Amino acid sequence: MNKLSVVISLLILLFHQSNAQQQASYFTDSTHQLAEVVVAVQQKATNKKIKVLSSLDNYLENNNAINMVKRGAYAWEALINGMASERSVITIDGMRIYSACTDKMDPVTSYVEITNLSKAVIHSGQAGGANGSTIGGGIDLIRTKIDTNKLGVNASIFTGFESTNQQKIIGTSMQYAEKKFYTLLDFTYRNAQNYKAGNNIEIPFSQFTKYNLSATAGWKINHQKQIIASVIYDDARNVGYPALPMDVAFAKAFIGSVQYEYHNSKSTLYHWETKLYFNSVTHLMDDTKRPNVPVHMDMPGWANTAGFYSKLEGKMNNHNFLINLNAHYNTSLAEMTMYSKNSNEKDMFMLTWPGVHTLFGKLFVEDKIDLNKNWSANISAGLSINNNTIKNELGLTSLQIFYPNLLASKTRLLKNIAGKINYRKNQWQQSFGVGFGERAPSISEGYGFYLFNSFDKYDYIGNPTMKNEKSLEINSSTSYNTKKVSIHFQVDYFRIFNYIIGMPNNNFIPMTIGANGVKVYQQLPYVNIFNLSFSSTYRITNSLQIAGKMVYRKGNYQSLNLPQIQPISYGSTIRYQHKNFIAECAVEGALKHTNFSPTFGETGTDDYTILNLSASKQIKIFNQTVQIKTGFENLFDRYYSTFADWNKIPRNGRNFFINVVYNF
Amino acid sequence: MNVLKLFSFIAAITLFISCKKENTIIPNDTDGLISAKSISNATHNIIFYTQNGKFQQGYNKIFFQIKNLDGSLVTNATANWKPLMHMTSMQHACPYSSVSKSANSNSLYEGFIVFQMAGNSTEYWDLTIEYTIDNTTYTATERIDVEAVTKKNVLSFKGSDNVSYVLAMVAPSNPKVATNDMEAMLFKKETMMSYPVVNNYTIKIDPRMTSMGNHGSPNNVDLKQTSLNGSYFGKLSLTMTGYWKINLQLENESGTILKGEPVTATQESSSIFFEIEF
Repeated sequence: MNKLSVVISLLILLFHQSNAQQQASYFTDSTHQLAEVVVAVQQKATNKKIKVLSSLDNYLENNNAINMVKRGAYAWEALINGMASERSVITIDGMRIYSACTDKMDPVTSYVEITNLSKAVIHSGQAGGANGSTIGGGIDLIRTKIDTNKLGVNASIFTGFESTNQQKIIGTSMQYAEKKFYTLLDFTYRNAQNYKAGNNIEIPFSQFTKYNLSATAGWKINHQKQIIASVIYDDARNVGYPALPMDVAFAKAFIGSVQYEYHNSKSTLYHWETKLYFNSVTHLMDDTKRPNVPVHMDMPGWANTAGFYSKLEGKMNNHNFLINLNAHYNTSLAEMTMYSKNSNEKDMFMLTWPGVHTLFGKLFVEDKIDLNKNWSANISAGLSINNNTIKNELGLTSLQIFYPNLLASKTRLLKNIAGKINYRKNQWQQSFGVGFGERAPSISEGYGFYLFNSFDKYDYIGNPTMKNEKSLEINSSTSYNTKKVSIHFQVDYFRIFNYIIGMPNNNFIPMTIGANGVKVYQQLPYVNIFNLSFSSTYRITNSLQIAGKMVYRKGNYQSLNLPQIQPISYGSTIRYQHKNFIAECAVEGALKHTNFSPTFGETGTDDYTILNLSASKQIKIFNQTVQIKTGFENLFDRYYSTFADWNKIPRNGRNFFINVVYNF
Repeated sequence: MNVLKLFSFIAAITLFISCKKENTIIPNDTDGLISAKSISNATHNIIFYTQNGKFQQGYNKIFFQIKNLDGSLVTNATANWKPLMHMTSMQHACPYSSVSKSANSNSLYEGFIVFQMAGNSTEYWDLTIEYTIDNTTYTATERIDVEAVTKKNVLSFKGSDNVSYVLAMVAPSNPKVATNDMEAMLFKKETMMSYPVVNNYTIKIDPRMTSMGNHGSPNNVDLKQTSLNGSYFGKLSLTMTGYWKINLQLENESGTILKGEPVTATQESSSIFFEIEF
């Protein structure tokens, strides 16, 4: 009961300042009206966020629409509006990247370091459909753009330490700009041992090492046109996944692009951007370090994607429109080799992703219409073609064991349309939207072959005969903003038809030793997903503010609860800021997870509350600045796990961190 | 240039092309086959071929050609054969087919022999071939080496009806990760020398991967005959490469299991099974 009173009291509390700024910018960003923009931390002197070198995972998790599924110490899977990554489109600078891991160990979000991210643009529902077909929404991770006003060399070096897993972070960011040419280079290295959960319990197989390099070079043809080339190289090694039966020997991603940009604020078509890109992800899962494995196995995966987009933004009378034409071609292949204990026997080999080639093309249009002083509307629509072809002969004959009449190729037409009406008057803003969208099954859902899910302990078989999943959504938000107070209240309701989910099939024998059975992807006639979030900020004095938030979700099909649906969760922050000093005390927690899904292996999680303390100080030495940021997370060393933690692996125990950034 | 010259030129070319065509037909007869054994008598050499150049335990598809001593091929023979196992205490034959002329071939003869055991230095197989050319009958007999295989592809067992059966796997000879067409032949031992085909039974299959928790595969189809005195056909799903144990049960026409047990949590394997490794 006292938890409930905590929640109620938090309802009147307010959320931290950056969130308030988000809300404030919510209606002022003309082209991305439907977007919620999370401004990422920068190692800039102006930065208000304390833990600048936190992982991107921790960072995204602060957004009300997002939950992060934790399988290990890093590379968490982002859920948008309570929906798994199959139902969303996550891009880096508009580029589509397919993960190469059948167990979702390499989400797209793991390829961007927080130090080279400028913002994460989060679209809820169909508004996120510009770069692909989505149900839940989209995240576009926008990397840092160079500050071309600062000519010459600007650089910073940063380092950090976290006590919970002896994590050492070191990196640098360097930019060099001339009038016509500029370049930006970011490098981050992280090395972590096993982390400790609350009560000083070590979580084995949670170590990782990671290198991330991001480089951009731009050439200004004139003040309207420029060409930008960019690469990311991300290399993670010896990554433990304590929630899974396997670890990652290495995961490598190369992401490259060339972009042409035209900008003329006076013209009707004021921005035109075209990008060609290619990315290649290699992933090797293995279990060589795990003891007592019945059968050792290697599970490498490869995903290569090439694509382009061309995005045109224009302004005409009261219309502000965007046209985005994009296409990509992906090849996904994953293997499994099992080594029998009897060394005379041949290795057991299968394709878990049967060499699926995906060709996707989309035309997306969006228009924002200012109707009058108070009213505006957004309309967006898209049409895409999605073709999947199994190119690997062994892969095709494997799946034909289950689907004897399966043809190698399948083409789908996917449609989406959404509308939103906004009203603003004085401090009040109100919006109401509806949307419809469709998506194709993911590679695993359509073509996966004996993919073991360590959560419900079933082997999953893809189903290429499934129909498109369709979603109808209704959303509404209310905001109230003054200099002292800001309140934001958001409700989303999704009714998803032909909802794709694995269901047990007792006719099949599981392949994985110890598995409970085989699930085949099926479609429920419809499911309901309901999201409610509330956040608020109250500025007590100029230097003291208090913020609070609460999120609740529900997902069900009749009496069947959907998995990974967030229980009531809350957070509250008190922040003191004076000149270059910031101190923050934050409480976060969740109520007991009662609407869990036993069908999918969930057993519910207990309620928890944790306390974090942090402080930051910026020191100026001549023309250079040093920022020192430090604090404790989970100060009382609470042992807990959230509803989204895979197999209930606990979160960090007490963690002392220190981040130092030196700009010169 | 007169017409006659042109005509003879064309005729010469035509003749040359057609000769060449004819010449290329005959060597094709044994394409893809490897000679396994040659048996000779005073008048002929008989050359046996198989897919891999060996006689092996289990089902063997065997081809042969009869050559005159001058090397020319006999194309108008009729033939039959008789394999015989010389054991230390007794002799017996094995299931085998009659011999027929291979389709689309002038000189090739074919049939199958199911060697239910391999030979060794003291116990061995010999093969007698008896053939008739232009009403004259010839014979030749010679010892042959029948190699053992490491994976069970032929079974001899006694059913609960007290009949001895020989069950041989014919296909898949080249298994794939797929739903494979499976073929087997079923014989009963009538006498030591006679092994007729058994009709109208069902051969139940349950493939299992013993190194991976003894898991099975979906959508297998038990083997049934499609024609009297013919093979038994079914579908065998192999979901990965490696070692598979194909557990078997032999069911007669009235649905009684004569041999073999279902695989259960406590019964890991049937008493009769084939093995496949690829």
